[in-house]
Amino acid sequence: MKALRNYLDKIKPNFQEGGKLSMFHSVFDGFETFLFTPSTTSKTGVHIHDSIDSKRTMSVVILALLPALLFGMYNVGYQHYLAVGQLDATSFLTVFMFGFLAVLPKIVVSYGVGLGIEFVVAQWKKHEIQEGFLVSGMLIPMIVPIDTPLWMIAVATAFAVIFAKEIFGGTGMNIFNVALITRAFLFFAYPSMMSGDKVFVRTGDTFGMGAGTIVDGYSGATPLGQIATAADPSVAVVDVLGNPIGTWDYFVGLIPGSIGETSTLAILIGAVILLWTGIASWKTMGSVFIGGAFIVAIFNAFGGSAALETSVWDHLFLGGFAFGAVFMATDPVTSARTETGKYIYGFLVGVIAMLVRVVNPGYPEGMMLAILFMNVFAPLIDYIVVDANIKKRLKRAKVTKA
Amino acid sequence: MIKIKKGLDIKLEGHAAEQVVAGKLSDLYAICPEDYHGVVPKLVIKPGDRVLAGTPLMVDKNCPEIQFVSPVSGEVLAVNRGERRKILDIQIKADSEIEYADFGKKNISSMSTDEVKAAMLQMGLWGFVKQRPYDVIANPADSPRDIFVTGFDSAPLAPNMDFVVKGEEANFQLGLDALKKLTTGKVYLGVRSGSVLASMKGVEIVTVEGPHPASNVGVQIANISPVNKGETVWTVNGFDLILIGRSLAQGKADFARLMPVAGSEVAKAVYTKAIIGAQISSIAGDKVKKENISLRFISGNVLTGKKVSANGFLSPYAQQITIIPEGDDVHELFGWAMPGFAKFSVNHSFFTWLIDTLAPKKEYKIDARLQGGRRAIIMSNEYDRVLPMDILPEFLIKAVLAFDIDKMENLGIYEVAPEDFALCEFVDTSKLEIQHIIRTGLDQLRKEMN
Repeated sequence: MKALRNYLDKIKPNFQEGGKLSMFHSVFDGFETFLFTPSTTSKTGVHIHDSIDSKRTMSVVILALLPALLFGMYNVGYQHYLAVGQLDATSFLTVFMFGFLAVLPKIVVSYGVGLGIEFVVAQWKKHEIQEGFLVSGMLIPMIVPIDTPLWMIAVATAFAVIFAKEIFGGTGMNIFNVALITRAFLFFAYPSMMSGDKVFVRTGDTFGMGAGTIVDGYSGATPLGQIATAADPSVAVVDVLGNPIGTWDYFVGLIPGSIGETSTLAILIGAVILLWTGIASWKTMGSVFIGGAFIVAIFNAFGGSAALETSVWDHLFLGGFAFGAVFMATDPVTSARTETGKYIYGFLVGVIAMLVRVVNPGYPEGMMLAILFMNVFAPLIDYIVVDANIKKRLKRAKVTKA
Repeated sequence: MIKIKKGLDIKLEGHAAEQVVAGKLSDLYAICPEDYHGVVPKLVIKPGDRVLAGTPLMVDKNCPEIQFVSPVSGEVLAVNRGERRKILDIQIKADSEIEYADFGKKNISSMSTDEVKAAMLQMGLWGFVKQRPYDVIANPADSPRDIFVTGFDSAPLAPNMDFVVKGEEANFQLGLDALKKLTTGKVYLGVRSGSVLASMKGVEIVTVEGPHPASNVGVQIANISPVNKGETVWTVNGFDLILIGRSLAQGKADFARLMPVAGSEVAKAVYTKAIIGAQISSIAGDKVKKENISLRFISGNVLTGKKVSANGFLSPYAQQITIIPEGDDVHELFGWAMPGFAKFSVNHSFFTWLIDTLAPKKEYKIDARLQGGRRAIIMSNEYDRVLPMDILPEFLIKAVLAFDIDKMENLGIYEVAPEDFALCEFVDTSKLEIQHIIRTGLDQLRKEMN
């Protein structure tokens, strides 16, 4: 440690203003603060500070994402070997390795592109590299179908980081959730690669691993896809081999879907981490689930189609609802920032997500659109809440004057 | 009785034991105009002049009745100036025996409002009376709606009022009597339950319970009777009121305080007697642990105090001296990723919550590092949890940054002082200088309004 510190101190002058490598100042600073907690001390104001910082906060979110990510990797392998009929003959580790190798390039591309842009912008604007993209960069591979080409992820990530974040001023200033803008860009630019029953299960091999032919009767449709296209309200949802599946399967998550979103169980482990550390607001997260459950209960009362009659639990466990509620709606920057506002914001996210999912025939899933839509309205919700505080103060002033 | 729920008690190492250890008296004193925020200093002495304790050194240019007097007798050694001839400090070489200017003992009960005001102005006591809005020294021409006195200190390592006021209860009462003359409204005194100050007469006693910032007078005002636009209230710190009462009773400007020298880098934290303006090294120099690390001397507490060097001077509003490690020589590998069992955080991603459950008496050693990089505001609801006022801190801070006067007024800028935001600054993930932001906002607004 001492040697490393000494080495950093030795090369530091090169990166400072006027040094040979001053063009990489932000990058150096980023690595230095990554390795060592900065030793800058307070100049004005309080003399001591809480140990929490932005790096710690973002690391906790990534930690919370890990269960869903690891499960997602396993599930990618699981669905693949199920589709090629080799699941029973394949070890757990091989199944996981297949998924790991399939997902890893997406993570690398997402981080590579996003952090690359972040580094350039930080250097250009001469500020520190901010940690916000560490989370976005992890979210992006988790919310795309497994067969999304890497170049699409690269293009969409670049678009989102530049146009949804950097032009607004970087981390903390963005209006829209960066990962969801990436997803939305992919969804509208390459719709055929983002939905349907061909993209959610990898049927080919990964780096030569797991080659095989698809078994007879295979269908890669996600449960939500099946529900959306079912003619009969009492549709029996099936897995890729045509075996019926139900609520428990939706909860555990060994079903086709975007990489990280299938397992409500794994997502809930992340939710516990986020709520216990206080990094996500329980008000937002809880309200999303309540909003979703509320509107689905109303749908159930009317019925009439498969989507309308799917139970509350099934709707909450399926698709990206739980993932969005836990990891995306709670993004503090783009959600409502007042405490009362968080209830309203979360509730409406839940309601709109289900509305899009159930009532709109075009989109089988509505979480992405719901959150982006509410991102727009979050400042308005806050405005109303803040205005209530202002009115109370004005009223108090009048009462005492009178 | 007020119960405060929001807030935070930061448990620091180095509490002062309740015993008084006499130190040697400083032979150099200094008054720094900067400590009296908002005052434009105008000198009334020149280097070489002989002064008594109570002789005016400077006055406020905008309000010349407000005098700032010498805390000791001696010779004016120097007037140090900085850029654009700004006065940095006025230094006085003290006599070995302090000689006081005689103002005559005051019998408050027979004095009129104007006489009390005049006496306080003349004796240099007015600087202890502050006002809301703007958190600056009160304008003696005003007549305040109410006067609020906070009779305890809940800041980390703060002095215990009951210990400090022991033997001076009469002076405290006299101070309150003087304040009562200054307002047609009420005088409120915030105390802890069971405090000896609960027996003070003629004022509204308000018991305040809960964590810091319970002792902030702004918090007490907000919970008793908030300041509205156009209203002015005055505030006095209870520890300063002892000085006011004592000086009036004895007819001499006696600015000696009983104060703790505390903090993790103090070998044996005790109370000591110190006069305002004394050199820090004379008070605390012999109490510092002999360790080879860089230290931070704070004139005041860790939240609102002023960073001084060992050769710096005790600021007039400081109720304690705190010494903590500076921390600029600490390099922590992967600090953001380590469990950090010894670290203090209100966030549950550190294990303070667990350690506090297992060992409720555990105290922490925190150095002066920011513990992270400065960022835009990312997390929400951090500030709200440590600000027990009906204020939306984040929105107020943003209004100040944008200098949106209407918004600032509407969101309650008149009710707050920078010190109320000290804990917000402490817990902030983004490491913003929130007290500085609020101070700037108040200053700009004051300039705009007058």
